[in-house]
Amino acid sequence: MIKPIIDWLVYDILKMGHGSLFSEALNFFLYDAVKIFFLLTVIIFVVAIIRTFFSPERTRAILSKSQGYWGNVFAALLGIMTPFCSCSAVPLFLGFLEAGVPLGVTFSFLVASPMINEVALIMLWGLFGWKISLIYIGSGLAIAIFSGLVIGRLKVEELVEHFDHKKQTCCTQSTGVTFNDRIAYAKGYTRDLLKSIWMYVIIGIGLGAWIHGYVPADFLAKVAGRGNWFAVPLTTLIGIPLYSNAAGVIPLVSALTEKGVAMGTALSFMMAVTALSLPEFIILRKAMKLKLLIIFASVVGIGIIFTGYLFNLILK
Amino acid sequence: MKIEILGVGCPKCKQLTANAEIAVKELNINAEISKVTDIGKITEYDVMITPAVVVDGVVVSTGKVLSKDEIKEILVK
Repeated sequence: MIKPIIDWLVYDILKMGHGSLFSEALNFFLYDAVKIFFLLTVIIFVVAIIRTFFSPERTRAILSKSQGYWGNVFAALLGIMTPFCSCSAVPLFLGFLEAGVPLGVTFSFLVASPMINEVALIMLWGLFGWKISLIYIGSGLAIAIFSGLVIGRLKVEELVEHFDHKKQTCCTQSTGVTFNDRIAYAKGYTRDLLKSIWMYVIIGIGLGAWIHGYVPADFLAKVAGRGNWFAVPLTTLIGIPLYSNAAGVIPLVSALTEKGVAMGTALSFMMAVTALSLPEFIILRKAMKLKLLIIFASVVGIGIIFTGYLFNLILK
Repeated sequence: MKIEILGVGCPKCKQLTANAEIAVKELNINAEISKVTDIGKITEYDVMITPAVVVDGVVVSTGKVLSKDEIKEILVK
């Protein structure tokens, strides 16, 4: 529905000829921008309403009761639903542990929460299609569950700092939430989130459109195609410092896959961008000894690299 | 009255502190605003999503940058 309107605008109103590099890039940019912002607004709003049913307190209560492997599975699933900002990583982490949620389960949550979020999923869906976004969710969940299980097995509880078992749940005021409260929350949340990411999205789509129009096809096939084995670990490493720009990185990666970057490589890069973030590590250092932080990053990193190779093998 | 703003120094906490200061000034009440950045203290209040607001030892809001009007509403209660 959007496509004909954009075509009409670019080719008829602005009188740009078909096939010129600039008109193709502009058409691509407008189409993606309209589509993505429409999806972002609608879906962030819906997800925000669903989120009001899964407060961190409730999530924690569910997780402290679940047994064995199920704990990790639930933690990864609930990680999708819980609002997460890296500045809350530490209180969330310690709050879970103090309520008796096992360390491994807490890690499953900590990995899934930033990696599988609605912004990343919308961008993937809008730019890569639903298949790739399902693959992203599936392998994201697998990595979160796997990392939590591994860290749980390692018995590294003594590497957590500021952690004392005395539990204090004295002071939280729980108030009844009405449907109107949920709508109001979702409106505010959607507005704030859009406000903080719109520029990255525009820049990302803009660069993507430029690459789409001006960079020759197969330009990157040699460097980052399926034949190059070190592309996956290298792009994973590059992804680590790029966290806050996830919204801008995905359109860029989308354009790069057209120019020969293999799909598995692209997936592992996007996962590294969202799941492994330097600012989050710096904040988490307040609650974890460096050794635990390194274990955390390595286990998740290995999971991401494995996923990259796997999908380079099976996806064409 | 004692108002504490809990958070690990993110931009949202600064915004919230500023809003609280305006609210207190406009209400013209005697309140002391302090920022709590110590992780141990934040977890003692059992707060998991920052920024959070604590008034006289009671957590009144978590994970939200309240506007000055919203803060006023809480303080008046």
